[in-house]
Amino acid sequence: MREIVFDQLAEKLYYEQLENGLKVYLLPKEGFHKTYATFTTKYGSIDNAFIPLGKKEFLTVPDGIAHFLEHKLFEKEHGDVFQDFSKQGASANAFTSFTRTAYLFSSTTQVEKNLETLLNFVQEPYFTEQTVEKEKGIIGQEITMYDDNPDWRNYFGLIENMFHHHPVKIDIAGTKESIANITADLLYTCYETFYHPSNMLLFVVGAMDPDKMMNFIKDNQSKKEFKPAEEISRHFEDEPATVAEEKKVLKMNVHTSKCLVGLKEVSPNRQGTELLKHELTVNIILDLLFGKSSKHYKQLYEDGLIDETFSFDYTGEKGFGFAMIGGDTEKPDELEAQLKKILFQFRNEAFYEDELNRAKKKKIGSFLRAINSPEFIANQFTRYAFNEMDLFEVIPQLEKITSEDVKRVANEILDEKAFTVFQIVPK
Amino acid sequence: MHELSGITLHTLNTSKFKTNTLVLKLKSALTEENVTKRALLPYVLQTATNTYKTSTELRIYLDELYGATLNVDLSKKGEFHIITFRIDIANEKFLKDSTPLLQKAINLLADVLLNPLVEGGYFSSSIVENEKRTLKQRIQSIYDDKMRYSSHRLVEEMCKNEPYRLAANGVKDDVDTITAQNLYEYYEQVLNTDDIHLYAIGDLDEEEVINFVEKAFPLKSRQKSLHEVNKGKNVTSENEVIDRDDVKQGKLNIGYRTNITYNDSLYPALQVFNGIFGGFSHSKLFINVREKESLAYYAASRVESHKGLLLVMSGIDFSNYEKAVKIIKEQMVEMQNGNFTDNEIAQTKAVIKNQILETIDTPRGQVEILYNNEFGSIDRKAIEDIISNIENVTKEDIINVAKQIQLDTIYFLTGKED
Repeated sequence: MREIVFDQLAEKLYYEQLENGLKVYLLPKEGFHKTYATFTTKYGSIDNAFIPLGKKEFLTVPDGIAHFLEHKLFEKEHGDVFQDFSKQGASANAFTSFTRTAYLFSSTTQVEKNLETLLNFVQEPYFTEQTVEKEKGIIGQEITMYDDNPDWRNYFGLIENMFHHHPVKIDIAGTKESIANITADLLYTCYETFYHPSNMLLFVVGAMDPDKMMNFIKDNQSKKEFKPAEEISRHFEDEPATVAEEKKVLKMNVHTSKCLVGLKEVSPNRQGTELLKHELTVNIILDLLFGKSSKHYKQLYEDGLIDETFSFDYTGEKGFGFAMIGGDTEKPDELEAQLKKILFQFRNEAFYEDELNRAKKKKIGSFLRAINSPEFIANQFTRYAFNEMDLFEVIPQLEKITSEDVKRVANEILDEKAFTVFQIVPK
Repeated sequence: MHELSGITLHTLNTSKFKTNTLVLKLKSALTEENVTKRALLPYVLQTATNTYKTSTELRIYLDELYGATLNVDLSKKGEFHIITFRIDIANEKFLKDSTPLLQKAINLLADVLLNPLVEGGYFSSSIVENEKRTLKQRIQSIYDDKMRYSSHRLVEEMCKNEPYRLAANGVKDDVDTITAQNLYEYYEQVLNTDDIHLYAIGDLDEEEVINFVEKAFPLKSRQKSLHEVNKGKNVTSENEVIDRDDVKQGKLNIGYRTNITYNDSLYPALQVFNGIFGGFSHSKLFINVREKESLAYYAASRVESHKGLLLVMSGIDFSNYEKAVKIIKEQMVEMQNGNFTDNEIAQTKAVIKNQILETIDTPRGQVEILYNNEFGSIDRKAIEDIISNIENVTKEDIINVAKQIQLDTIYFLTGKED
């Protein structure tokens, strides 16, 4: 077991890769009652074309299958795994994103028992045609719930605008039609390919004795057998750097309009430190332009174009990335025009070193706040690790960002061919 | 806990967080007359102060303090309307810089509350006008979120003749009656009469914090108000309300009167009841509405602790309305008849206990647990007491709770006919 000490943050991380390939990270947190664990596979909604384990040819699977599989893993021959967790005083959950499926629990008692339940339920799939059919009703309702949610429609609408082919444009849950094609056999095929321990990461954070915890995990894993690991082949069509649609407007049953503008990442192939530095720099640019202390924010607010729902965000993964800016507005077209102007003006604008330093200070403080949260640490650490980055490198990398970096990255991402708009307006 | 003039300070020294948190709570009765002014006030106060005369200056100062966050929030606890100001600031121990940040945060919070930007004796009218516009949008935003909207509509119908029907963000039509002058007058009333509590949580020196707060908050002392809880009416018949709108999924919300609030001896039993009935993924609603019948993605219940309500919510196909209502009602009868096992009780207690302990792992949760005590005529409850009260709940207590619960209103938001 390796010990990695972060002096400035007063944190100590323990790491080991087990014989079956599983990466295990432990972060003890003093004074905490709870222990939080996530067991995550590098398999998300975008992985819809791949070579199944032990096969030679690519297979395309129905949209929404990774999410469907997440739901179905909770059901076993003896019943529902939620029940097992709650009997042991834990609360359990799971989520599927574009690139990951995570299973998690938190508890303040019987931590080892709960951890055993987590490892075992994820590693012992049980799917039957009958339970698969039943789940179609529940997930169907989940899909309809999101259909009525204008913020979700706006978010996905913008992503659909950006991409020509990349499966990130497909809703994570799929559609009622696509999930109708899911079978128990297909679930097993996906499971066997992507739930190999060598494609997974376990993160435990909170109250614990790291030595005991690691031995417990090793012991659990050594009793199980897995086929030899294979490199997973995933297929993605070539994606142009331009956006697929420049603008779309959707009429919905809303009282207030919504407007999001987006910038598609033009070269989404970074990994590791390069990606970390890039995404921190993009976040700084967005903060300089649209943060609450920026002159633009004040102007947009006073002009009545934005309210407190205004926000911005950047997502960067291997193969795709995008920035999004916007929120509720009474004047969607005016907001769109202003946001576009502010973004592209920045390429020629002078900005001051003290603004950059302030933005860096702000990010450092918000990172400290974030690592109060075991949930943040486990989820983000995993996302970072899957992109070969290190969560605990955030502060040192932030400190290294210079005004030249800001200029260079701004010139790269602020490309008019990568700009798109999605609006929701009242019917 | 430290009683200072006009403000009660609660300090909690812990080294488990990387930041220090200040939470300021102002409490007053929820009234039709003041609800909208009160909803506007904190947003006006947090925009600018006499020291930081524009929102940009204030926000730059927060960024300089390593991205300290300043938030405001309105909520209801029973028929009290609570304003919350929250500052979260890095502990300089983890920075290369060693500026004493906590003292600055206390002073900033005092500045926001006590030293607003005043023009001609009142608030700045341009700030008031901007915040009125945002408040209208905030009130209106509820219509666009069908889940929030349907729970709001249920409470509005159910508590028609009680102040609790009012939303914490106020009434849209009343926003335009507010002026910089009448808002300032209301502000003076708030400063003189509200019940004010400040919570400071983090790796801090208590004596130092008391000293800083005493200097920064020179408030007049005030009479402690008595808390009368209005549990509402005695239900004589079930009320059914159906709204039609352009939605794809029906929202079913059912409101029950529990006749039990935070102060009652049966309150811990109500929590266990709710856990078995609909609070968790092992509870009757989740299992019978979702898992057995596949009618819904979510089917859950929650307790409004200070008002004595039990609220059920679910999203279903329009055509399943009657079926879902029937199943939910059947689960209540099961509870009343004691058709739940000792295992279910033990399981629920374990999860509730876990939830309470997890809550105190966040600064925010710590404050919420402490603040609940301000609504009790009971003694201050320690976490250990809250947990042992849950452990002591018996099956008879739970059945007793179930028998007191009365169905008040069934609300259904469904699609348009055609």
